Amino acid sequence: MTRIINRQPNRYGRIVLGILPFIILLLFYLSASDARLAENPNDKLLPAFSSFAEAIERMAFEPSKRTGEYLLWQDTFASLQRLAMGVGISALIGLLIGIGNGMVPYMRSPLSPLVTALSLIPPMAILPILFIVFGLGEVSKVVLIVIGISPIIVRDLQLRTDALPNEQLLKAQTLGGNSWQIIVRVVLPQIMPRLIEAIRLTLGSAWLFLIAAEAIAATEGLGYRIFLVRRYLSMDVILPYVLWITALAFAMDWSLKRLSLLAFPWYHASKGGRDD
Amino acid sequence: MTDSIIEFNNVWKEYGDNVVLERLNLSVKAGEFVSIVGASGCGKTTFLNLLLGTEQATRGEILLDGQPLNPEPGIERGIVFQRYSVFPHLTALENCMLGDEFAGSLTSLLLGRLAGKAKAAARERAMGMLEKVGLANAANRYPSELSGGMQQRLAIAQALLKQPRILLLDEPFGALDPGIRKDMHGLIGELWQEQQLTVFMITHDLSEGFHLGSRLWVFDKLRHDPQAPERFGAQVTFDIPLHHEHSSAAQMDQLATLPGTPKAAVLAAS
Repeated sequence: MTRIINRQPNRYGRIVLGILPFIILLLFYLSASDARLAENPNDKLLPAFSSFAEAIERMAFEPSKRTGEYLLWQDTFASLQRLAMGVGISALIGLLIGIGNGMVPYMRSPLSPLVTALSLIPPMAILPILFIVFGLGEVSKVVLIVIGISPIIVRDLQLRTDALPNEQLLKAQTLGGNSWQIIVRVVLPQIMPRLIEAIRLTLGSAWLFLIAAEAIAATEGLGYRIFLVRRYLSMDVILPYVLWITALAFAMDWSLKRLSLLAFPWYHASKGGRDD
Repeated sequence: MTDSIIEFNNVWKEYGDNVVLERLNLSVKAGEFVSIVGASGCGKTTFLNLLLGTEQATRGEILLDGQPLNPEPGIERGIVFQRYSVFPHLTALENCMLGDEFAGSLTSLLLGRLAGKAKAAARERAMGMLEKVGLANAANRYPSELSGGMQQRLAIAQALLKQPRILLLDEPFGALDPGIRKDMHGLIGELWQEQQLTVFMITHDLSEGFHLGSRLWVFDKLRHDPQAPERFGAQVTFDIPLHHEHSSAAQMDQLATLPGTPKAAVLAAS
């Protein structure tokens, strides 16, 4: 009898074991939903799968009766646009300030304490300020995402830059590189895969801030829709929307991982293939 | 001035009250291969950092070709560390081209890259050097795909491409297996003769120091104050010219009888 810590499932075993919890959850939902619907066919809390299908049909494939838009796609487009802008701007800020702080002591001395202080402000607490300053439009939502995640990315990249072996920077100097050349050829390429990691880790928070902002003031967007239909207890719309958001987040995470593997093979090789 | 390439004129290095190096008066001619040995913490690395330019002498001056040494690492100095001397995100070839790519015209200044003909020339030079160190067929591999010995070969090739006035080696073979280390000794010995290099090598391995260099320096403290061990710094206590025609075993015996030599090191080396 080998120890349990030494026993490994084979390839098919891993797949089956991976799917199993989802099947159990699904069965659990089905039986609970059936039980409630048997008691009260108008129950809205745990809708049957047929109601989900109807709701998805209505939201995604039929124009809205009121506006003539396909709501799911309109919401998805609006949310993704805000998310992309927020995350993109945060990544750029993170890269500039993170590498700058890590490499240039005269930049770090004034900026590092500021970034630390800013990162400790709870972003949701200043959402009202953002609405007052930037209005209820797109800008305040994007700014909330930026304020929420860019300090994390900045601090992470600053630490990663610090962690580059000093030997490398000395070697680059003896090869004749000036500060800018060393940053562009030695530091930046080594920080890029770490930037992708930082984005993957902060995407969850970015979604959180996006949905929070949409819930409070918006006219379209995935978060807006969920909070709107909550008033009618429309679980048949909310649950598919939540699944859709999860699927989008998963797709983004997966694409970023693939991108990193394709663009920075040396990084993953040096980590010994342990990257999930 | 004299014909020496490196000159130390009464150089001291202190950290507050802690004297690390004292009264260094040394001169090295072009083409010499200086092996530096000494107990741990005796200032070998500080000495190398002075030469590299990451630390400055507290007193005295260091001259390179008769001029005060630039207080910042630059192309007149090549360096190979024990680890992390190559760039993991560049292939072997790109690692070797980097020095040339820093030195070009406009694209170099803006992006640290070369373009067109200049790039082709740099590639050719880099390939030539890779062939010389036996890495030609690993040109397109990343350092993580190379063994420890191959990475050190690459680091040496990369440093030599800038044709530095002095080459600094900081325990370059310390992390390698004995067999590989022997190959590397052969390589560095050849390159030294062929390219007329001036080399400073720190090593823990006394036999390596004897075997490779043309001159052996032993760093140690001449003066000792048991109450305040940090009061006095290390100096070069022995400066031994090495002639490879003579058996180095005899020289080692001679060294072992001298006072102040770390005996254990001599025994271990023989």
